[in-house]
Amino acid sequence: MISCKVATHLLSEQLDRTLTIKEKWVLKFHLFICTGCTNFKSNINFLRKACKHITHHDN
Amino acid sequence: MSVINSHSNSGSDNGVLENEVSLIDLRRDLLRFAVLQLRNVENAEDVVQEALAAAVSTFDRFKHNASIKTWVFTILKNKIMDVFRDRWNKNRFDLVEATGDSSDFDILFKENDHWQKSEMPSAWGNPEQSFENKQFWLIFDICMNNMPEATSRVFSMRELLGLEVEEICKELAITTSNCWVILHRARMSLRLCLQQKWFEEER
Repeated sequence: MISCKVATHLLSEQLDRTLTIKEKWVLKFHLFICTGCTNFKSNINFLRKACKHITHHDN
Repeated sequence: MSVINSHSNSGSDNGVLENEVSLIDLRRDLLRFAVLQLRNVENAEDVVQEALAAAVSTFDRFKHNASIKTWVFTILKNKIMDVFRDRWNKNRFDLVEATGDSSDFDILFKENDHWQKSEMPSAWGNPEQSFENKQFWLIFDICMNNMPEATSRVFSMRELLGLEVEEICKELAITTSNCWVILHRARMSLRLCLQQKWFEEER
């Protein structure tokens, strides 16, 4: 069982590289039982959307 | 910049820079984008001016299947990258050290490295709604400026200029794992700042 701290690293790196199969599984398992990290994942995915919005849309 | 003064004829659809208003808006968006990354209004005004001049002088090469905004932004992104490159060549430093240290976000976690109850990330609901809110973008800019300059530079290259990690590593001569660490710090910082200054305030 990985810690939330490790999970945040993997979730961030998932935006920059393909995780290994093992990493994907431990992460999937962690997210299944951890609401905080599930929210963290949505939060940082939103950061990417916000950055895309700045260049691609009028605001 | 004679285009700025060209007045729109109602019903005419002869391109992009068809009226003053849209060009003023475009310039404002470009400037905001440049200031956000260069953190210096004078430098930002210079690159925006150069990008607009380059856009005008190469207008005949503009492919009309792209939007004018996307096209000028692409030119601006290259100009910003040139500034980053220039700054990096003139002033090299330990990039990883300049982005903080590994204990920076320890306060969010308990001793066993799981979230502190009070720091557990919350669901942001339908956060895309905030895109329509000018206030949100002011907070976003403040949060970007909250990061150490080195962190925001790497984050900008990745998320605003759209570079791959390998390209960033090559430009800055850092290892990929260092790059991941810096991007993680940037996301931790930006997420926390938006959580505190925007999404918590909204409730």
